[in-house]
Formats: sequence, structure tokens, C-alpha cells
Amino acid sequence: MSELPITEADLHALVDGYLPEGRRTEVEAYLAERPEEASRVAAYRAHRAQMRDHYAAVLAEPVPERLAQAARPRARLRGVAAACAWLSVGIVLGAAGGWQLHAWRPSVPPQAESPALVKRAAVAHAVYAPEVRHPVEVGADQEAHLAAWLSKRLGAQVRPAHLDAVGLSLVGGRLLPGDTGPVAQFMYESPQRGRVTLYVRVRGPDQRETAFRYSQEGSVRVFYWIDRGFGYAVSSADLGKDDLLKIANAVYAQLNP
Amino acid sequence: MKDTAQVVEFIPRLRRYARALVGERTAADDLVQDTLERALNKFHLWKRGTDLRAWLFTVMHNVHVNQIRGRRELVALDEEALEVPVRATHEVALEARDLERALMRLPAEQREVLLLVVLEDMSYEEAAATLGIPIGTVMSRLSRAREKLRMLVEGLPGSGRLQVIK
Repeated sequence: MSELPITEADLHALVDGYLPEGRRTEVEAYLAERPEEASRVAAYRAHRAQMRDHYAAVLAEPVPERLAQAARPRARLRGVAAACAWLSVGIVLGAAGGWQLHAWRPSVPPQAESPALVKRAAVAHAVYAPEVRHPVEVGADQEAHLAAWLSKRLGAQVRPAHLDAVGLSLVGGRLLPGDTGPVAQFMYESPQRGRVTLYVRVRGPDQRETAFRYSQEGSVRVFYWIDRGFGYAVSSADLGKDDLLKIANAVYAQLNP
Repeated sequence: MKDTAQVVEFIPRLRRYARALVGERTAADDLVQDTLERALNKFHLWKRGTDLRAWLFTVMHNVHVNQIRGRRELVALDEEALEVPVRATHEVALEARDLERALMRLPAEQREVLLLVVLEDMSYEEAAATLGIPIGTVMSRLSRAREKLRMLVEGLPGSGRLQVIK
């Protein structure tokens, strides 16, 4: 035990996750003996989680045109006034026909708007991939629990793909709100390739199977496809299109052995 | 690519913060719009290589402070009008609406610190730099904000509720 007294600042640092391991143990021991202080800290923690949860929805809202315009330098304003808000400028370069995955080529005319699946996947990636302290709800060390929990909540068997062959290790996963119910996000990372997320939803509005399609939402690149009622999206802000396609292929191969 | 293009990427985060800071959607987006316009006009003041996010939140803070100054009376009236419902039990959980109302009853300077730390994941040092205040002030505002929020939710004395119901 160190000699330092526990301060109010320690309690907040505990709530916000800034205490180093050793100090955290000390503060937790301190709280274990003081139920009133412990319940105060529990309330702070609950409120923190609720605020984050509640306002996360704002991140998923499309950016109003007036704000997108306000962020453009004046000189360019007139020329692009009719362009849509940045979130809807998805450059969709879908692949034509069937499951010839290796025959992927940008042959389909760009679609005006990418599906909700892609937007949600891209926003979820943008929100959680930079997260330092809480990138996932359940870590890879509890993979069996993660798969069982998400399967239960999604009402269908889901499990994380293993992408070690393409140099990515599983960080873990989390449950997210989708258009029509719960969806899952799995996160992967490597020192060289940054973070990649796999977004999985069941029973989407559009059940037709598709080939791989590509979209860019802001700075996030996404490959997505629909297969046997599941919608998948693989997102990255760090990798180029070709690298991301290799990963999407690896995911597809794993989930369809 | 021009640096100003990066500003676009922060719009969703600025909107989230503004929504929690101001409450109402249109007013929050007005604040974001004013912030973006000011940021682009003053973009030469941003030092390349420094944290653009922190700079944008500093701009928003300044715009917001100016807005509050311009309508001080209105803010005071709003605070009076906001009533937080009495809760029978000492529940930790808040209803979404209670959460928004309770947040709006905090003094703006306490709400700012709480939101930068909780929503933006800013370290106490980053929040201090963003708001241009000493770190000790960040800690005391954070502490007061959390305690007031808890009292509002739990209906404990000191929440100010008794003064509101006349």
C-alpha cells in the first residue's frame, strides 16, 4: 500500500479509467470499506455510461447540409452547392454478378446512395476504432462468451472470424443498435494495419444476396455483402481498397467454409 | 488535400457535444454552424501539427460563451423553468429525458468539462487546454458537475429542486 491518501481526483480518475493498475487497486480497496463513497462512484459510473450511450445516436445522424456547407471553404462553395452532405457521398463501386469474388472489378455504375448497413458500419467504425480504453465490450480473451452473448442477442449464430492469416488479431466485440434491432461489431487490429471492424447484422430490410460491394464513407472504406440473411461490412480507415478486399475475402471464406 | 477538409470529419463529434451542451437540436446545430464558420474564417490561427479536434472544441467553447453572454437573462429564466421530476427511490439509472434535463440544470461551465471528459474522452489536461483553464479548475468543476447530477437524479437536498417549486 502506498502512503498517498485517496483524493476526490482519484475517484474521478477511477470513473474515467485513468488510474494505473496499482493505484486502482488501492482506490477500490478504499471504496470497499466505504459503502457511501462506493455508491457515489457507482452513480458517477452509471451516469458516464448513460451519457455516452444516449448521445452516441447523434454521431449516427446524417450531417445536415447546412453544416456540411459551413465546413467548406468559401471559394468552393458555389460549385458544389448541390452536392449532397458528406455522409451520403458514398462512392459505391459494386462488383457485378454472382460470387466470383476474385473477379472483382468496379464495373457497376456508382449508386447514388449506399445502404444503411454501410453507413451504420462506417459510423460504428469511426466511433469505436479510435477508442483507446474501451474499444470493445467483451475482449478476445472471452471469445466463447462473446460469441454466445452476441448470438443470443442477435437471435442467430454469430461468431468472430479469425483473421490471423491476414495479419489481424481479434480485439473483441460489442453489441450495437442497428436499423431493425441489435447488431454485432467485431474489432481486429495489427500494429501495421491499424484497426479493422467487422459489422454483422441479421434480418435486414434487404435480404437479396449480393457480391462484394465497395463504398467510402468519409475517411472510412467499407466492403459489404449480404449472404444467407446476414449483412456483413468490413471497415477500415487505414487500409487501401486492395488490402481491405483481401480481408473481406478472408472473412467470407471463414464464414462460408 | 487542404487541411480545412479535415474539419468535416469532426462535424459528427461537434454535433454530439453541442447537443448535450445546448439541449435542443436546432440550437445545437446553430452552434455547430457558427463554430464551423468561425473555424474556417480563423483557420490560419490553427497551428498545423497540433490537435485539430481540441482546437475546434476551443472555437466552439468561445462561440458558446459569446452566445450565453448575449442572452444571459434568457438562460437564467430557462434554468428556473426546468424542473426535474421527483424520484421516489434513489435510483442510479436515469431516464433519457431526465438525463438531458439534469444535464441542462448544471452551470454551463461545469457541463462543458463533464462533456469533454465523458463524451470526447479528453484527458483532464486536454480539457484544461481546450477550455483555457487550469487543471485544478477542471477537477473541481468535474467534481461539482457529477455531484450535482447525482443529487438531481436522486432527489437529494442541494439539488435546487426545492427552490424551484414555489
